[in-house]
Amino acid sequence: FSFSGSRIDSDGKPAKFQPPPKPVIIDKQKQREERRFLSPEFIPPRGRTDPLKFYIERKDMIQRRKVFNIPEFYVGSVLAVTTADPYASEKSNRFVGICIQRGGKGLGATFVLRNVIEDQGVEICYELYSPRIQAIEVLKLEKRLDDNLMYLRDALPEYSTFDMNMKPVSRLDSEEIPVNKLQVRMKPKPWSKRWERPKYNIKGIKFELPEKKMKEAQKWSQPWLEFDMLREYDTSKIEEKIWKEVSEALQK
Amino acid sequence: SITGACRAIQKLTRVRVVDNSALGNTPYHRPPKCIHVYNKTGVGKVGDTILLAIKGEKKKALIVGHKMPGPTMTPRFDSNNVVLIEDNGNPIGTRIKTPIPYILRRREGEFSKVLAIARNFV
Repeated sequence: FSFSGSRIDSDGKPAKFQPPPKPVIIDKQKQREERRFLSPEFIPPRGRTDPLKFYIERKDMIQRRKVFNIPEFYVGSVLAVTTADPYASEKSNRFVGICIQRGGKGLGATFVLRNVIEDQGVEICYELYSPRIQAIEVLKLEKRLDDNLMYLRDALPEYSTFDMNMKPVSRLDSEEIPVNKLQVRMKPKPWSKRWERPKYNIKGIKFELPEKKMKEAQKWSQPWLEFDMLREYDTSKIEEKIWKEVSEALQK
Repeated sequence: SITGACRAIQKLTRVRVVDNSALGNTPYHRPPKCIHVYNKTGVGKVGDTILLAIKGEKKKALIVGHKMPGPTMTPRFDSNNVVLIEDNGNPIGTRIKTPIPYILRRREGEFSKVLAIARNFV
């Protein structure tokens, strides 16, 4: 046994009590970079309009977001939207569907939900910032291989059917958003658009076409487009600025 | 051959009858086609009456959904849907299983009987 009180320093005096070193707790969750999501409608389109216009629009969008929560979602996630409808029973109308497209910039941003009800495919285009929308709920948050799922119109109806009373799928906040690598099977041709052509660049279809047709579709490929410098639009710096602005404004 | 995407309903569009009437559901070698739209423009949207040629007969019908995208917040269907109707506005069928847009309720007076037999609303 050696008590600290009985320790004698080199001077001959009793040593001062040194407390044991505190354990260092490394919080791995906070260490992982906070996932940032900036809704695509905040990014202004490329053009010569005055940035003041986008700034004013952003102020209005932030104001709306403070009052009404617009959750994070991507093309391919399943949403349930309740809108105020004067002609519906209970004055409100709930629609569940998969988001197939997000379009528009600023306050006119829209998203299209698709579902198949009683063998009838129905698509509704909602405006994100419309005051008629009462609630947006994300039932299943996931991404798909493409940005635009318009090909679901020509796919077998089972890929677009979602139960109206679907329960929300639970997920942790820190997990990465899952990418659903589903390859969709199509109805027989003719389709509304020639999805096999490289201009649509679709990765989420299981093409069961003969090799000859696939090779013929490659005739319309434009391999020079990805190197075209006039079409480049680098949004990284703009996104950083807008992210700082929006997150500060929303935290107030 | 099938024509490309012509969206709202005009003369000679093939339509799909969605009620459970005998006239609409018995198979025939020609699909039901629109021959006249009761409108100033010849283009029929949801809520317009049209004249249909079915099984060699002329019948009036009410448009309940089309492939053309309409105003935002209104549904867009994957097929041109139509409900067979008499001259006085009474529907011929007794049940409509396919979803009907809520917009039709605006003209509750004219379409009350059609809305009464509809099951699902979108």
